[in-house]
Amino acid sequence: MSQTNSDHNTAVLSTLPGDDVRQIMWRFADRYDLQMVVQSTRSVARGLVAKLVADGARNSHEWNEQKAEMLKAFDESGVTAVFMDPEDGGFIAGPKNMALALVAFELSWVDAGAATCSLAGNLALAPIHEKGTDEQKHTYMSRCLPAQPGENRKPWRGAFALTEPLPYVGVDTGVVSGKVRVAEWKEGKEPVLQVDKRGRFITNMGFANFVTAVVDTADERIKSSCMIILEEGDPGIYDRGSATLKLVHQLSSTCDPILSLKVPANRIIGGYTIKDGVIIPNFSHGEVIEAVFRRTRVTVALMSSAKLLSAIEPVIRYQRGRFRGGDSGAPGTPRYDLGLQQKEDAVHRLTDVWASGEASASLGFAAARLFDALDEVEKRKNQIFEEQGIKGARAQMKALKVPQQGALEYIKLLYQGGKRDQKRFEELGKDTLVQFLVTDSLANVLCPACKLWNTGHGADMMREAVSLMGGYGITEDCPGFLGQKWMDTQLEATYEGPEAVQRRQLSVTMTNELFLEQYREWIKEMRQLAAENTCIGAGTLAVAMELWLWTLEHLSTAKDENGKVLYHGQRHGVCFPLADALCWLLAVRYQMLDTLELKAKGPANPVLTEALPGFVNFFSDLCAVQAARAAGEAGKICAELVYGYHRLPEGSGTCACSLKAGSGVSFDGKETFVHLRNRLDECLAGARLAKDRAANAVTQVMIPEALDYPV
Amino acid sequence: MSSGFHIVVCGSLVPDPLQTLEPIAGPAGPALKNEMMLPSVLDPWAAHALYEAAHLAKTAAGSKVWLVSLGPKAKLQQLMMTIAQKAPFELVVVDGSASGFTDPFEAAAALASAIEKIPGLDRSRLLVFGGCASASRDASVTMQMIGEQLGIADQFLGVDELTVQPSGAFKVLERIEGGQYQASECAGAPAVLAWATGNLPEPPNNPQVGMANMRGIMPALQKAQPAKVGAEGVTFAKVELPQQKRETRIVKDVPVEEIAKEIITWIKG
Ligand SMILES: Cc1cc2nc3c(=O)[nH]c(=O)nc-3n(C[C@H](O)[C@H](O)[C@H](O)COP(=O)(O)OP(=O)(O)OC[C@H]3O[C@@H](n4cnc5c(N)ncnc54)[C@H](O)[C@@H]3O)c2cc1C
Repeated sequence: MSQTNSDHNTAVLSTLPGDDVRQIMWRFADRYDLQMVVQSTRSVARGLVAKLVADGARNSHEWNEQKAEMLKAFDESGVTAVFMDPEDGGFIAGPKNMALALVAFELSWVDAGAATCSLAGNLALAPIHEKGTDEQKHTYMSRCLPAQPGENRKPWRGAFALTEPLPYVGVDTGVVSGKVRVAEWKEGKEPVLQVDKRGRFITNMGFANFVTAVVDTADERIKSSCMIILEEGDPGIYDRGSATLKLVHQLSSTCDPILSLKVPANRIIGGYTIKDGVIIPNFSHGEVIEAVFRRTRVTVALMSSAKLLSAIEPVIRYQRGRFRGGDSGAPGTPRYDLGLQQKEDAVHRLTDVWASGEASASLGFAAARLFDALDEVEKRKNQIFEEQGIKGARAQMKALKVPQQGALEYIKLLYQGGKRDQKRFEELGKDTLVQFLVTDSLANVLCPACKLWNTGHGADMMREAVSLMGGYGITEDCPGFLGQKWMDTQLEATYEGPEAVQRRQLSVTMTNELFLEQYREWIKEMRQLAAENTCIGAGTLAVAMELWLWTLEHLSTAKDENGKVLYHGQRHGVCFPLADALCWLLAVRYQMLDTLELKAKGPANPVLTEALPGFVNFFSDLCAVQAARAAGEAGKICAELVYGYHRLPEGSGTCACSLKAGSGVSFDGKETFVHLRNRLDECLAGARLAKDRAANAVTQVMIPEALDYPV
Repeated sequence: MSSGFHIVVCGSLVPDPLQTLEPIAGPAGPALKNEMMLPSVLDPWAAHALYEAAHLAKTAAGSKVWLVSLGPKAKLQQLMMTIAQKAPFELVVVDGSASGFTDPFEAAAALASAIEKIPGLDRSRLLVFGGCASASRDASVTMQMIGEQLGIADQFLGVDELTVQPSGAFKVLERIEGGQYQASECAGAPAVLAWATGNLPEPPNNPQVGMANMRGIMPALQKAQPAKVGAEGVTFAKVELPQQKRETRIVKDVPVEEIAKEIITWIKG
């Protein structure tokens, strides 16, 4: 890591990064609608939500009036309407992934249960939004829209029911035991369906007026599974069930409902057609769910990021004030002013928490922005397919094979810069299918990557943050509610698909050639940044990325002693760790890009003029810290996978303890691997100096007198 | 009173009260450490004035609200992301320092001249609102000086309530010493009202209102005129924060009634 050399600028961090800094880094400096959403969500989070937590509202499992105040606050402050399109009464035109990500981030800054409560309403609407008929969209969006001035109407609330009581469906499995049958079908009339669904862990169920439920067909007159809308007033049983005894996210409502209702067939989400006396849902449950989860999982990922970053200020305040009021340090002495921040370990660990929080937020927001882009291009793609009469997943996949070469060519041209064939580049840039393929290949990686890494590693780092607060950390009144946040992160790692589901998805999508082509270009980009002496650890990352790619390629052809290829979907021991390694690398890459964005765009904001160099230096050091950690994690995983499946040479026993240097195993390309490993180690030069600088900045940064929640 | 009021609210930003405020010697006199980076809020008393203005505009048909702000425009833009969501208004920006160390006379002059330039402002219907003091400067004289420059003699200070009669005349409750109110009647606009807290809660943020306001806010920020406000010729001998004082007495085995009695006696002086 030769970049972090002695001519490093010495400006230090002045204050904690505020909105001006974040708007640039997370690329919404020109989106006033989003900036307003941030402010209005923040006022609910740090006002009402914080008071609820402080008043002990998390200590009950039941949904109650006190918690229901949140819904009113969401409605009044525009949070509920963020999901809606302007034609349905919303105020944000176009894609809303970034907007919803910011809402989740702000609410989770205080309490992730509040975020879950807000997001679950959107999750209920999402199947309708993504795949519903125009009429379904209009009906449910307008019912869920908060009452407008002068209107006397209670907005509807929804729940999304996929998960079923054990041993049935979780987010992953295709086996659904909720059933739909034809109850009554009169000639020329809308069929009436009998829906039986038992849910488990269904959010918002304590108060939902409608449920979007996953059911399978149990009738030969219904062709496939589907998602269907069930309403509270439908004939039959609408039993909310008992409240889940959650240890986390208690500001949201979770129940195990029992639903047995008769509904008209036009409640099938996305509609249906009838052929030869059989109802054919236009979308199976799998198609709807895929469209929904790939978006909402990004928001969940950002909930964990918010918590890590929210921990910084309370920990600094605790550390600095640790010895104040005692006999041993008068004001003005280091013991009084710095408290625990005199101890290197305390500030180094806080630096690690901060660096992880930055990387996780950068990865999450990059994913959210990417989905905004994908929404647009996907809509255009769907239009084309509709015009061409291409229907169904299989036909679409076949049609998307054609532009594959164009997509690869586009990626190469994209990163060629000035030297490229501009005409061809523009041509491919306008090709919707090419654009769709490129964006989709990346979205398919970023979504599971941020869901997996932000929440899983986030939970580990939240524990670290809690431990920095000592005993206070695990009390209910720990400032910043850090103990609760730690526990809550485990739910974020679980719901909407536990970590294994994300790893499985990644192990497929990260081998897509379109993704890998972009990844190769990123390695070059990192090398270039390292050559430009950007002091962000780009050289370290470039080598680590190269090592990962080499390992993936090696494992894709290398065989174990039984002749089986090592990189195989069922071989979780190979695919899953490699997926984990990739997440580390991706997160720090986006962290670097955000830091560079701040450096490039910051000077245009006069508010930042003075403080900008300090921010850039500090964030650069955090990047270098994170790059070293990520490279270490990736290197360790790659080495274990590359060597770990080799049996020891004859005569060396059953373990490697007796192995002498040089007498180990051999495999194709070993020199390259060893060379990359060595380079990776060497690239760590300076990483600890960056950490020292960042930690020093943490001891000097000015923080507010008091935390702004609860006030 | 059919045509309503033209209500101009004077208000700008102050550092968020939870921030660490550390006076330092800047190149142009005293300043606050990292002042530009401190998150800001709308000056609290001026904020009450804005909420009251919005409420009045809603009840008196034909009324319109302007918010005239003197402050660094890039910081004002950030503040608008919250304030624009509170109530409909048109923004007028004067680009200059909002520091607590500027001279109130210069601030008042800049604000008054910006008000004079508002196109279509009907002086006969004009109510100039603002805070009775600023959380940063706390001079409590700015609004009076704005009124003087605009030639408005009817001025009310520390206002908590304004009740408009159908004729356009109004009654005002002003805070005076001893926890009392002074009740006045005024024949009508123009008048200056420097608000204390008023009676209205802070409106919740409403991004829909904000988006509507933004259509005018961005052009207003772009065409903001610079104003020279500072404290030229003024020397600050010393600047310090109020000292934290802790006078705690621990009492044991005393009935709460007695503790309450003692506190009441202490409050009464
Ligand atoms: C508070 C809360 C709120 C929720 N809200 C909702 C809601 O609103 N709607 C809804 O439908 N659901 C909801 N859920 C359910 C949630 O989505 C599931 O709990 C979650 O997806 C995990 O499924 P599971 O509990 O069945 O775990 P399992 O599927 O049993 O997973 C447990 C573990 O098994 C292993 N595993 C599972 N699958 C694989 C695999 N393919 N490969 C390798 N290992 C594997 C992994 O180690 C995994 O962590 C909620 C859950 C909670 C706790």
